Amino acid sequence: MDRLNDTLTRYAIAVLAHIALVVVWYLFVKLGEVPKFVMPSPLETLDALLSPNYGWWSNIAVTATEIFAGYFLALAAGVALALVFTWSKLLETFFMPLLVSLNMIPKVALGPLIIVWFKYGVLPNTLIAFSIALFPILLTTARGLREIEPEMLDLVRGLRGTRWQLFTKIQLPGALPYIFSGMKVAAILAVAGAIVGEFLGSDKGLGYLMLQVQVTLDTPAMFMAVILITLIGVALYGMVLALERLLVVKDARLD
Amino acid sequence: MTEPFIHLRSVRKLYRKGREEFLAISDATFDVMPGELVSLVGPSGCGKSTLLKVLAGLHGHEGGDLRIGSSAHAFDPSRDVGMVFQAPLLLKWRRILENVLLPAEILGLPMTQAKERARALLALVGLSGFEDKYPYELSGGMQQRAAIARALIHDPKLVLMDEPFGALDALTREKMNLELLRIWKESGKTIVFVTHGISEAVFLGTRVVVLTAGPARMADNFEISLPYPRTLDMKTQERFGEYTRRIYKLLGME
Repeated sequence: MDRLNDTLTRYAIAVLAHIALVVVWYLFVKLGEVPKFVMPSPLETLDALLSPNYGWWSNIAVTATEIFAGYFLALAAGVALALVFTWSKLLETFFMPLLVSLNMIPKVALGPLIIVWFKYGVLPNTLIAFSIALFPILLTTARGLREIEPEMLDLVRGLRGTRWQLFTKIQLPGALPYIFSGMKVAAILAVAGAIVGEFLGSDKGLGYLMLQVQVTLDTPAMFMAVILITLIGVALYGMVLALERLLVVKDARLD
Repeated sequence: MTEPFIHLRSVRKLYRKGREEFLAISDATFDVMPGELVSLVGPSGCGKSTLLKVLAGLHGHEGGDLRIGSSAHAFDPSRDVGMVFQAPLLLKWRRILENVLLPAEILGLPMTQAKERARALLALVGLSGFEDKYPYELSGGMQQRAAIARALIHDPKLVLMDEPFGALDALTREKMNLELLRIWKESGKTIVFVTHGISEAVFLGTRVVVLTAGPARMADNFEISLPYPRTLDMKTQERFGEYTRRIYKLLGME
């Protein structure tokens, strides 16, 4: 009962903190008499959401598609590549240093190139989100698959276990906490990647909308767009967390 | 006279590291009778663990003669070895029962029977009621008990233990020593127990094999003629002291 109360209290405090932020925001704008085009009040921001001119829903759909598609593409490719590397020492020795170097490229800097190659639209933005989310997943998964105690290896080899048994019973489940740790980092990066893509060149999406309304100093709409982008990110991150709780035993979770 | 279960004569083991070669075991010669609990004692890095891996069939050996099994006790290296290490090595994502079942899964044993056996073994090691717990919910000593149950799940003829209680605190360790003797008596397994604890080696073993370091050389091999069941107060007896002094002397600590 005590523990339940503790959890409840912590949730209540977290909700309170968020409400407090909105209140401080409101007071700051009202008492400071901040002009609307510099910083709108919470209510003015919410007003923007009710205006049909912005096409919120279709823009949300576009941005969310880019983020989720890029993210899951990165997840599939990252885990698959890491698997290939654990199966072939040769490929790993050749490609891993290369990938570490490629990881040093600020993926955002590739944005203009990707747009040259793939034109405007959902595809290039998805690819930017993909390229930025790929590395954390790939690197942590590869690391997780390598983390196997030599004595565990002895135990399995002593029983003449097959490579496949070692992989399915020990390596892969052992790597799950690492995969999730990479997925959490990647979730945040994928959102940033898609938005940068929309900034660089796009004709739809929340990032594109922000640039459009910036011209007319429509700050409430910009605020709303930032909030909606954040909410898409929160949805993705929340999904990853929920999945982690489902699949990874409490003690095995990293961070 | 019965045939020995393990028979080693002048077993040598070389390690290669790049171009260099060094001798990990120079000459291991001893016998283990079926159902014996033999302690292998020696300083760290003396090649005890290597010898254990040779016995497990994980490493080959260069010279000498190594034979495990006898006409009365056939030996299949893939099914007849159970291993316990210093770390319990339980899989964090598996419940205790599932952890115990791992070797049975790898060997493809029938699961219904294996599960029954796992429950019985958990009872044997004193972990009834913990079947559905995760490893992190158990203390270090309890985790090591689960590791012992895992080593027995496929009913191996030989159990190899590599400093299994080395990471436990002194009191838990003494308790586990008594428990191990009980499990050994009840299961009737042949056990080779590696340790650097001299008193532990004498307390547990029907026989003690003493190895000295660099490269592992057999220094002595003698029977411990203390009766079973052994009790902690035997450690204060004169005869116990004679055995430990004999080992200390061999290891150059006297």
